[in-house]
Amino acid sequence: MSEAATRPKHVGSAVRRVEDPRLLAGQGSYVADLFPADALHVAFRRSEHGHARIRGVDAAAAAALPGVIAVVTAAELDGLVRPVRATSRMANYQATATRPLAAGKVRYVGEPVVAVLAESRYIAEDGAELVEIDYDPLPDIADPEAAAQPDAPVLNPETSSNILVDRSFSRGEPEAAMAAAPHRVGGRFRFHRKAPIAMEPRACLATIERGRGALTLHSATQIPGIIRDALADALDLPGHALRVVAPDVGGGFGGKASLYAEEMVVAALARRHGRAIGWVADRMEDILSTSHGFDEIVDAELGFDADGRLLALRADILGDIGAASIYPWTAALEPVQVASFLPGPYRLASYRGHVRAVATSKAPTGPYRGVGRPISTFVMERLVDMAAHRLGLDPVELRRRNLIKAEEFPYKIGSGIIWDRSGFQECLESACATIDYAALRREQEVARAAGRWIGIGVASYAELTGIGSRISAAPGMPINTGTETADISIDSTGAVTAKFGVASHGQGLETTLTQIVADELGARLADIRIVQGDSAAVPHGTGTYASRSAVLAGGAATLSARVVRQKLVAAAAHLLEASEADIEVEEGRVRVAGTDRELTFREVARAVYSEMGRFPRDTRPDLSASETYDPYFGTTASATHIAMVEIDPGTFSVRVLRHVVAEDCGRLINPMIVDGQVHGGVAQGIGAALLEEVIYDERGQIVTANLVDYLVPTAAEIPSLEVAHVESELPATIGGYRGMGEGGTIGAPAAIANAVSDALAPLGIEIAELPVTPERLFRLIQAARTQI
Amino acid sequence: MTAKQHIALTVNGRRVEAEVEPRLLLADFLRGTLGLTGTHVGCEHGVCGACTILLDGVSARSCLTLAVQADGSSVETVESLGSPEMLSDLQLVFREHHALQCGFCTPGMLMTATDLLRTQPLATDEEIRDGLSGNLCRCTGYENIVRALRAAAARRETTTP
Repeated sequence: MSEAATRPKHVGSAVRRVEDPRLLAGQGSYVADLFPADALHVAFRRSEHGHARIRGVDAAAAAALPGVIAVVTAAELDGLVRPVRATSRMANYQATATRPLAAGKVRYVGEPVVAVLAESRYIAEDGAELVEIDYDPLPDIADPEAAAQPDAPVLNPETSSNILVDRSFSRGEPEAAMAAAPHRVGGRFRFHRKAPIAMEPRACLATIERGRGALTLHSATQIPGIIRDALADALDLPGHALRVVAPDVGGGFGGKASLYAEEMVVAALARRHGRAIGWVADRMEDILSTSHGFDEIVDAELGFDADGRLLALRADILGDIGAASIYPWTAALEPVQVASFLPGPYRLASYRGHVRAVATSKAPTGPYRGVGRPISTFVMERLVDMAAHRLGLDPVELRRRNLIKAEEFPYKIGSGIIWDRSGFQECLESACATIDYAALRREQEVARAAGRWIGIGVASYAELTGIGSRISAAPGMPINTGTETADISIDSTGAVTAKFGVASHGQGLETTLTQIVADELGARLADIRIVQGDSAAVPHGTGTYASRSAVLAGGAATLSARVVRQKLVAAAAHLLEASEADIEVEEGRVRVAGTDRELTFREVARAVYSEMGRFPRDTRPDLSASETYDPYFGTTASATHIAMVEIDPGTFSVRVLRHVVAEDCGRLINPMIVDGQVHGGVAQGIGAALLEEVIYDERGQIVTANLVDYLVPTAAEIPSLEVAHVESELPATIGGYRGMGEGGTIGAPAAIANAVSDALAPLGIEIAELPVTPERLFRLIQAARTQI
Repeated sequence: MTAKQHIALTVNGRRVEAEVEPRLLLADFLRGTLGLTGTHVGCEHGVCGACTILLDGVSARSCLTLAVQADGSSVETVESLGSPEMLSDLQLVFREHHALQCGFCTPGMLMTATDLLRTQPLATDEEIRDGLSGNLCRCTGYENIVRALRAAAARRETTTP
């Protein structure tokens, strides 16, 4: 272990972000800021039907509009771009294709059917409105339970049914243990569909390099490397003629972590027309066509004994994955993760989980912050609270008895996932201490006595982060998401450039990776430039998703920087005529320890690269390295959330009064950035619990396609957020980092559902459906009062 | 197509004249015609606030305003505040408190904050949160934006006589 790794200087400090000055000054470079003056604009005419056959397209009026260059249908793109299929190694999986434009039929409202290419976005949109599409409506396939029936009409012609995934997990003796359990609680849980709503709508811009004809696609994406590889196949181009760049990206949350039809269309048309062509979504089409998240029905039952010991868990999960598998994650991603993570951070011998992913005429679902685990945590944490109510135990005490203890790691849960040492118990205790749980309960008693509906909810969870090559980020997915490469060099001026395949979209990776490189290399922060979000930076990289970048890119940065540092030390030892063991590197200088003999990076670099004869010809070093890191398994991050809510008896709206998170993400690279990630995740979790719901009617019409009907939390709905950090024991990842980008969204919905249930405990109400909107609460309370 | 109209306005202290289509949004005029891409367009229906600018000193949605409506007016955008090398006090306080992540909502937040700091007492977090509730941020959970504004409001108290 290098000295730097044991005595970090920048890692662990709240270093101000490198990204901020340009973003604060309005000088960021988002895709929509990059359009050349002569770029052509694409607008899409999208399906207005949930399920219909396309009888014909009349493009005459659109094509005649001055300024319209072309009106493009699926047939015209045949031969220019091939469909991409999200394949999987998973048994009982039916693959579907991502096509640039709908061919033959439409499968959801918002599916792109016709592309209009014009001199301005205004004219392109005028043209799109003039396109006439003749449809034959087909049977509605909007209800997931109906769509899962054997005789249901089939949405995707290439599949034999709407069930694209069917998988079971089993461990122990689930049936016998459940039958023998002295107590059982259970129910049907519903977690409704969400839209990621990154503040920057999706956008992409393809430009053609003059002379060489190479194509560069700037895209508001989290996965430039995956898009490059997919489009290289779809367009039949070598990687050196196709570059995908994610410039400044205005949030993603998973919604920008898949390949989209618009990227295929824009790239294909730029190639055909030999000029810059781009598309910027408006908010409505972003909500219609960006991958949605979650949307599951879970029937679950938990068996336990009189001491509150958890014995058996059983669940049937139906995931409404929308029209098709999204590339590359497949339809398995979201619902299978619900089944995989349902047993949670608990000691539980017997588990049976059955999961089906069913296609319906809605926008495809994809990764959304937390992926599956907000639902698995919601269901499990509700069951644990229901068990506590049954036994008259405090919910914290029941968790204390069942959370895996320090000495029990590594622990394999019922789905086969292995938790490495993480602070499950410590997070619970820390959250209780931070919020003063006992005092909070006393406060609640006083409030209850005064007739107020105040509740406290606890939720604990664990997640797998920084996943290596042993398993895919999505179950059965055939592409490698388990490695990242860092290419670091000191150039002939002494400046450090570190290149990565990850793609920051708000996480501040330019800052955190700078901190790691600076420590490992002994460089000054200001000497380092991080290049990321560019498929040309390293030979292979995938991007930023699945709470992986700190672990994988941070690990790769460490490995590469150590090699460069060694080369630098060797060069300096030669130049300073000292032993390598006596060379110190700090703040951009190399020094013979205990002397004033020192050189700057610039001086060493000049001697190495530019000054002839300073080194013997056969030992002249280079000051660069490219190393790849594979954490193989990944590591466990965990947290406990405690929320306090109050229900307004007049409006039935829920107000979150307190929200505390105690989390274990291993070593903190930048505590300021970690807190920011937790805050943002919790706000999305609060939105998921109380406000956000994408609603389709029975015909597959979306009725929440704007920000008036789809409610994103504002500052007024979010309370002051408190975060505590637990560092139980550093994991085996390089640097001791665990991923933490998603956790806030995983824990918050469950904590709030438990808090609302707790508030209404006098009425015997158990929350089983999220979001718990005023209307739902009103109905629940009315029903409970009628029964009493 | 309706004939273009002549407009003359002041943008960030500079006089600007142009011939524009009557339907051209002020946001698109600023971004496309003038190249001031710091003003972001997040929803085009006036909800998210990313496109917030100051129109004659008052915060306004440039996605709901036509360029022709700004004829004769004074417009201030995020570019009027400071440069990457020389950030304004408000921009610095945002950086200090980590009040931005992806940065897309940030220009609108800064312009709203500028208006709030000029006109509102901002004595409590509740007032700050109410003031910010017309600007959506999906990254920060608002916590650090509120902290930044709390600090900015406090500094204003100590610096204004």
